[in-house]
Amino acid sequence: MNSPSNGAIEYDVGTDQWVLNMGPQHPSTHGVLRLTLRTDGELVTECAAHIGYLHRSAEKIGENLTPRQFIPFTDRLDYLAGMNMNLGLTLAVEKLAGFTPSEKTRHLRVLAVELCRIASHLVAACSTGLDLGSFTPFMWSFREREKIQLLFEELCGARLTYSYITPGGVTADVPEGWLDRCEAFLDQFEPVIDELHALLTSNRIFIQRMAGIGVLSAEDAIAYGCTGPVLRGSGVARDLRRHGEPIYRGMYDDYRFEIIAPVNGCYPQDHDYPPVPPQAVVGDSWHRFYVRMLEVVQSIGLVRQAIAKYRQSSGSVDPPWQVKQKLPPGEAYLETEAPKGQMGFFIVSDGSAVPWRLRIRSSSFSNLSVVEKLCRGVLLADVAAIVASLDIVLGEIDR
Amino acid sequence: MSPSEIYSMLRQLWPHLVLEAKLEAIDPWIEILPDGLVQVCRSLKEEPSLAFDFLHLISVVDYFQPDPKLAAKTAWEPHLEVVYHLSSTAKGHRLVLKTRLPRWVEQAEDRLPEIDSVAHLWPTALWHEREVFDLSGVRFKGHPDLRRILCPDDWVGHPLRKDYVMPIEYHGIRAQ
Repeated sequence: MNSPSNGAIEYDVGTDQWVLNMGPQHPSTHGVLRLTLRTDGELVTECAAHIGYLHRSAEKIGENLTPRQFIPFTDRLDYLAGMNMNLGLTLAVEKLAGFTPSEKTRHLRVLAVELCRIASHLVAACSTGLDLGSFTPFMWSFREREKIQLLFEELCGARLTYSYITPGGVTADVPEGWLDRCEAFLDQFEPVIDELHALLTSNRIFIQRMAGIGVLSAEDAIAYGCTGPVLRGSGVARDLRRHGEPIYRGMYDDYRFEIIAPVNGCYPQDHDYPPVPPQAVVGDSWHRFYVRMLEVVQSIGLVRQAIAKYRQSSGSVDPPWQVKQKLPPGEAYLETEAPKGQMGFFIVSDGSAVPWRLRIRSSSFSNLSVVEKLCRGVLLADVAAIVASLDIVLGEIDR
Repeated sequence: MSPSEIYSMLRQLWPHLVLEAKLEAIDPWIEILPDGLVQVCRSLKEEPSLAFDFLHLISVVDYFQPDPKLAAKTAWEPHLEVVYHLSSTAKGHRLVLKTRLPRWVEQAEDRLPEIDSVAHLWPTALWHEREVFDLSGVRFKGHPDLRRILCPDDWVGHPLRKDYVMPIEYHGIRAQ
């Protein structure tokens, strides 16, 4: 068996350059993303992303509807985090109008968006496992996400497209006993995180597939406009819930939470979660994944605080504005910290009820633009890991 | 730095390029001449006290009223406004930079207005400028790969222009 030609055969095989088409219908592209990869054997020498398969002219629609009517369309931007999308447009409109909702409304909004963040991060973290061939954590996380969806269904009647947070307030107050069920879910859910950590975070195969793969430096992350867990995974502790504009930051003023980012290679808090493996480099796919897993814990804390604060606050929840409520003339741009990153809405109003222009900054759009750089020189199998760790949603990219 | 400090600093650096500013607006903005975009942006990014290293968004607002009755009442002449939302991660300050372009070059309805690309300063503009070109019809000079990004390559027109007319059919797909 040990003939000298054995080794020679391996190196004599000519490997032509080959252009490989990945997507748009491919399970690991998280929607309808198409990547064309120029490969040299197993190596990817060039990667180009093609988007737009889900383009629905959301911005043009926004020029023809009032913000209240446009809220259902925001649900369909990042359809895994509808609440956060609702909040993004709502706060931008409220910034333009100079409106501040009641305390009770504020706490209810924090509750809803943080619960939705948990659901979104669960999908992000565990579909990463699915892309790398691990099916169980995906099912387990979807089981938990289902419970969040049932809670939301009870709250606003929808499982994905909530349209719950609207300019002016929210569409409904919480139903009887809902807060107790919400707390019961959190109590039940907390131990599950440890199970997911056991399945993924400290899994040897998972670490080998993720650690040191697709390293994004902090400088590149900022230059390419990456935000959210992608930016924080590169060691930049920037979270609009603390660093955003007053109207958004103010929502979280009296809430306690940590910004999760490996600053100087260390995570900010003492926790008993799996340690950072030695192979992991700050800015790699593993860190992006880990940031999301730890943010889920922070969000649980935020939901608990929101429930307590909601119970303490008196008064009533603000109802939505009239559908045809006029906007003051002017321009306002506001970014909020959605699960995928900084989601911005730019409204130009001429004083009528319908905005003259509604521009949407999509976080996934900028996060994905770095993929062409990250996928240069990696192995073909790593492309799935990198795309999964960027956590994109095509509904938001294509708009 | 406060918006007024940024404005006076830019006025000092580029007196002939910086036009007006509205510092009391909800988001204070500064308007510059389109020809000086790259020079001003380079100062904004590289001047240590400014350090605008983060480009959030490039948008184009089309100021054109297709309805002639309403158009007679508008205060502005038809034009495009290119808006850049910038911030600094180190300093924490924000800025909105605006510049005006004609809707078409020499009123010819196939010659798109042009402005310099800022993609070499902020690579995030690589995709944002492609999107603006695709949807709003502004050509970015010096962009390495200015193709449509959201619409198909053979799409005709720029949908976010106010006078855009939806095609009746596209490759045999009826739209209306």
